[in-house]
Amino acid sequence: MRGRVLVVDDDTALAEMLGIVLRGEGFDPVFCADGERAMGAFRESRPDLVLLDLMLPGKDGIEVCRQIRGESGVPIVMLTAKTDTVDVVLGLESGADDYIVKPFKPKELVARIRARMRRTDEPHPETLEISDLVIDVAGHSVKRDGEQIPLTPLEFDLLVALVRKPWQVFTREVLLEQVWGYRHAADTRLVNVHVQRLRSKIERDPEHPEIVVTVRGVGYKAGPA
Amino acid sequence: MVGTTLVLSLIVIAVLGQLLVGRIADGLLEAKIEASLVEARAGLTQAQAQVAASDRSDPIADDRLVDQIAVQLANRGSSTPRLFDVLLLSASPGTPQRGSNLVSETSVPLRLRAAVARDQIQAWTYTTIAYTDGRPSVTGLSVGAPLSVPGVGAYELYYLFPLTQEQATLELVRRTLILGGVALLVLLGAISWVVTRQVLDPVRYAARVAERFSSGRLVERMDVEGEDDLARLATSFNRMAESLQMQIQRLEDLSRVQRRFVSDVSHELRTPLTTVRMAADVLHDARDTFDPATARSAELLQAQLDRFEALLADLLEISRFDAGAAVLEPEPHDLRDLVARAVEADRPLAQRRGADMVIHQPTTPCVADIDPRRVDRILRNLIGNAVEHSEGRPIDVTIACDDEAVAVVVRDHGVGLRPGESSLVFNRFWRADPARARTTGGTGLGLSIALEDARLHGGWLQAWGQPGDGANFRLTLPRHAGGELDHSPLDLEPADASSVRRVPVVAPPPSRSGAKDVSGGVRG
Repeated sequence: MRGRVLVVDDDTALAEMLGIVLRGEGFDPVFCADGERAMGAFRESRPDLVLLDLMLPGKDGIEVCRQIRGESGVPIVMLTAKTDTVDVVLGLESGADDYIVKPFKPKELVARIRARMRRTDEPHPETLEISDLVIDVAGHSVKRDGEQIPLTPLEFDLLVALVRKPWQVFTREVLLEQVWGYRHAADTRLVNVHVQRLRSKIERDPEHPEIVVTVRGVGYKAGPA
Repeated sequence: MVGTTLVLSLIVIAVLGQLLVGRIADGLLEAKIEASLVEARAGLTQAQAQVAASDRSDPIADDRLVDQIAVQLANRGSSTPRLFDVLLLSASPGTPQRGSNLVSETSVPLRLRAAVARDQIQAWTYTTIAYTDGRPSVTGLSVGAPLSVPGVGAYELYYLFPLTQEQATLELVRRTLILGGVALLVLLGAISWVVTRQVLDPVRYAARVAERFSSGRLVERMDVEGEDDLARLATSFNRMAESLQMQIQRLEDLSRVQRRFVSDVSHELRTPLTTVRMAADVLHDARDTFDPATARSAELLQAQLDRFEALLADLLEISRFDAGAAVLEPEPHDLRDLVARAVEADRPLAQRRGADMVIHQPTTPCVADIDPRRVDRILRNLIGNAVEHSEGRPIDVTIACDDEAVAVVVRDHGVGLRPGESSLVFNRFWRADPARARTTGGTGLGLSIALEDARLHGGWLQAWGQPGDGANFRLTLPRHAGGELDHSPLDLEPADASSVRRVPVVAPPPSRSGAKDVSGGVRG
């Protein structure tokens, strides 16, 4: 399978280099150098993944990210030169699944892209239940009272990882490894932001979560504390 | 202020009043006594003349004589009110005794009678004048003198001067003084209150303005009124505030510019560096197809890019600390997890160097409010450093915690540190031995950044070392965000150190204001 990757970056040299690396890894890169045209390029190319630079001329990366997320659950990986939490969290909250800080190694980038696209392998038919949610793992659907709750693939993976082992408390590091495919990473902002986003979709009262609960000092777990 | 003035005035007025009353009383009594003695002497002389002129032949006339003397003497004092009363008392029983105005015999104290009888001269004393008809007794003077009436016997003539008049005068004086004192006190209180208001109000106003200023409202100024000292104070205060505000503004601008610059440099450098990095990696991956010189170039390019990247990242981080732009993001975290991960990350490198890494930790969680990204960076720095200097000997990582603090000690048994070096290790770009090959390619900023990270937590990062005995790095962090450290759960000097005990040199004190004292307690 040739995964199609939409690269939204205004730096032509970097975009070209990304193209070389992605093609070398067997992906099919499509390019867009302008925030204004990004949505058009996205609708036209229907990529399997979007690589999005946060600093773009025209419309900024955050806005583009929000718009794509409004239309689709396609994995979005941000490219950012800023490591400040404010910037990272802003990007993640606008809908990005993952982020990678410049400068990065090609292998690192490819690993992240693969981790996000990995989910094409066919899972076994499996139905999970927690609280009043019914999760169809193979069908990628979460329903409450028969009504579908739209989750991005990443949010879905996060929920399934937690619900599969409701007796286990997951540290943020374990979640990073299982859901994002990171190893030896201490960036818990990624987990925190996505747990918040997941809660806002599946919890009846996101301020007092009952499905994804925080275990203070350790991490998260599914079901009652 | 007003209270003190009032208390002091009250004391002064009370003492003064007491003194005045005393002096006036003394004066009054002295005059009275003088007059009384003169009167008594005059009376005595008259009585003696009367006795001498009396007809000594008629014994019945004795009684009358005594009566006459008493009446005549008493008449001398019979103005209104009565100036005195007279008592003629006889030493021998059976002889007539006389008194005027129904004064009781008991009005004359026995002491006085005894003195007059003994000394046969005039004597006086204070007494209480009693009356036989039940009138209330009054305080008075009693003056006595012997009077011999031939044919009748030895008499004593007593004058009783009531002091009612003097007492009334004294009472009046006392009342007037008290009234005056109270009035004076009220007046003083009012005056001091007014003066205090006048002086203190502007001072309090100045204090309020200064407090507002110090709490960050830099536009706060004092109103200048008039030309007095307070106006001068206000003017100087305003001038000081002006200059402070300008300084702070300038520093803030500088900091903002610096932060902005760091952020821009960061972004502008990172994008092309990413391209270079990727290109180098592509070349590196394809180096097998190159001729040896080009292949080696690709390798060098790759390796030096790693170094360049690490250096850039560290420089940006340091400048972020310098600009005061570093922000702590604490969340409850089990220190044991972070240590385990940092150790695992470096284990392959340690194994290549033949250094065994052992973690000693409690079985219970060591949860503290820490910024995991920063603590992870500190731990990786310490462990990486230990691996680099381990010389193939084992590395011990010990974790401990108590109610206030958590601590990690990373101990290596390598070359150790020379005296004084344990404070230098935190200096930027400091190297123990400049001639030594840079094997693991540290940037020279790792420990400086780690120290800043520890300071940001309000924690300590300290080093101990002895030549040939390895080095010990201790990180101590408060368990709760914002907590103050006063001890560490772990010793800085390892128990297995050689017998030569040396006071550990700790990290240099923080240079920036606002930073907590991380090098605080030199362990005893």
